[in-house]
Amino acid sequence: MEISVTKVILAAVTTTGENVSGLPVFYAKNQEEQEWIAKTLSRVLEAIAHDLGNGTYILVRH
Amino acid sequence: MALNLELTAIVGGVAVGTLARYLMLRRDFRQYPSYPHAAVNHLALGFVAAMMGAVAVPAIIAKEYTAVTFLALAATQFREVRRMEREMLQALDGSILVARGKDYIEGISRTFEARNYLVILISLVTSGAMLIYGHVAGLIAGAATLAAAKTLMRGKLVRDIARVRPAAFSFKGPNVFVEEIHIMNLGLAEVREVYSQRARAVILEPLDDTAREILANAGQRQAIAHDAAALLGVHREVDTAEFTPLLRRDPDTGRVGMLIVPIEPDVKCLVTAVENVPVLESAAVNPLASRAGRCAAD
Repeated sequence: MEISVTKVILAAVTTTGENVSGLPVFYAKNQEEQEWIAKTLSRVLEAIAHDLGNGTYILVRH
Repeated sequence: MALNLELTAIVGGVAVGTLARYLMLRRDFRQYPSYPHAAVNHLALGFVAAMMGAVAVPAIIAKEYTAVTFLALAATQFREVRRMEREMLQALDGSILVARGKDYIEGISRTFEARNYLVILISLVTSGAMLIYGHVAGLIAGAATLAAAKTLMRGKLVRDIARVRPAAFSFKGPNVFVEEIHIMNLGLAEVREVYSQRARAVILEPLDDTAREILANAGQRQAIAHDAAALLGVHREVDTAEFTPLLRRDPDTGRVGMLIVPIEPDVKCLVTAVENVPVLESAAVNPLASRAGRCAAD
């Protein structure tokens, strides 16, 4: 039986480095790099990248 | 002579019952259970059901009352059919890009079980009428029961409970809305670009309070997403969860907005696809049948 984790923040990608801790955090130099990292992680984790609007993207599998 | 009459009644009942099961196997776009082996499974089970129904009346006439208890066995047998269908469809659900969802699967399995009981009823009526009123009357009674069963078992479709119309969608930052209904937050600009160019949106407006509650059921909405994706194709791969079609509800009005990135962009076809989704039995409620519900609807 396959068990998958859903509705949990799997990782965060941030450009500011502020307001995020307690989970795998990826720091990006700029927004372009942030997009790229978030896209790669979303494909690998089969998760969706959500924009929190404060410079941080979170990856959640639904 | 008496034996011949009984035998023809039983054979007639079995034949009409099995034919009824064949006519009730629906081979539409769902392609289920039209793959040949599944169809054979269900025809064979239909034959067994027809056999059980056809012998019931001759058994009673022959005062073999215990034979009728075999009908009780049928219930166990066909509950097994439901379990088998449910388990298989649930196991396969993970392989589909847009899952059917538990409610849709339960509805399908329940239908498979129920159709076997209908076959029992049809062959029972056929063989009984053949014994008592003659062959022609038996065939007519069987055909009438089949027609009645088909009419009564025809469930509602989404088009019976809601008005489906094309709608506009827009982005506010990373959030995408169908009219004013929030659908989801899309972080990646690349994904938003694909949505802007290829997505199609529809709105489902419930016709009354009962319809509103049916559309509130998440399983019903998943069934709509599945059927729409199955008919128009969906622009997604296993690792692009962003492109899963979503239906979200406006809690104020009960309207439901749907956003999908189809392969076929014709929005008219999308509306038709959504309109023809069956209303699931597990989603069906009828608040308007109660005094409190009618009072609240004013």
